[in-house]
Amino acid sequence: MILAVQAEGGGGGLHFPPIEEILEWPGIFFKDTIFEVNKVVLLMWAAALIVFLLFWAAARAAKSGRLVPTGVQSVVEMGIDFVRNDIILQTMGPSGLPWTPFLVTIFFYVFFTNIFEVIPGIQFPVNARMALPAFLALLVWVIFNVVGIKSQGLGGYFKSMLFPPGVPKFLLPLVALIEFVSTIFVRPFSLAVRLFANMLAGHLLLITFAVLSAALWTASPLAIILPLPFLMLVLLTGFEILVAVLQAFIFTILAAVYIGGAMHPEH
Amino acid sequence: MSLIGSILAQTAPDEFLDGLSAIGAGIGYGAAAIGPGIGIGIVVGNAITAMARQPESAGMVRTTMFLGIAFTEALALIGFVVFILIKFA
Repeated sequence: MILAVQAEGGGGGLHFPPIEEILEWPGIFFKDTIFEVNKVVLLMWAAALIVFLLFWAAARAAKSGRLVPTGVQSVVEMGIDFVRNDIILQTMGPSGLPWTPFLVTIFFYVFFTNIFEVIPGIQFPVNARMALPAFLALLVWVIFNVVGIKSQGLGGYFKSMLFPPGVPKFLLPLVALIEFVSTIFVRPFSLAVRLFANMLAGHLLLITFAVLSAALWTASPLAIILPLPFLMLVLLTGFEILVAVLQAFIFTILAAVYIGGAMHPEH
Repeated sequence: MSLIGSILAQTAPDEFLDGLSAIGAGIGYGAAAIGPGIGIGIVVGNAITAMARQPESAGMVRTTMFLGIAFTEALALIGFVVFILIKFA
């Protein structure tokens, strides 16, 4: 009976938008060229601008000579402290400290591009499109390879990468092949896909419950169960904030591990 | 194959293939989630044991735990991407 009522309501029912509608945004500037700018690109720029302004304001406040940091400055200092103590010192050791600026930038940039997912009115994580995660992963890939070759020499880097110590002689060819594939191909791929898939999955999850809530909002006896998907939507929004922070953390920590591993060969 | 199937199911061949790919995507993602689910459970469980035994090393254990989760989770996420590719691409 309920279904009949819903069908009679006309235009009701659950309409889940196709994935193109969710992910592909129309261009705003420079339409139909390769430089087309759409919402995703604008958000990418906005995140870069936010990170820049945040650190600029914090640096200004730090130069003003107050002893106790307040507001923006204390937030930024907490972020830097977190990356320094919980990521770099734990994974790279003291010799990784020169990488603090790079990793802090990566952390904040990935965090801001992720957090757009739950900001009302924007609600789109830039990293749900493959472009940005792929670029960031490629950047980390180039950096850790260059760092490895620079600090160990070309031969030394590949030797320590392909032949980990303590492997039986007859297994060496197999291990070398596996190590080569996992370091050169799987690392950047999984780094990019991890960020991308997490944000896309979160975005689809939020859309599912939002669409469900919206469909139940139309007057029908089914509206009684509206609080359930809506509660789920609220809870998932909180969960997605956690995921946004966690993915920024994981991306940064993996970048730190890869760069640190390239700097010092395994013993 | 798809012709016989669509005759049996009394649908157009395209619909039949869509249905097959939807089933494949669902089963594939479900299978891909089993291993990482068990793996993450083991990682986090052991990390909690370690933290409970030695609370002063909690920071280091937590960092390593997230690393382990990140590596374990990769397979599930690749499964999710394959799901999206089969279902929508």
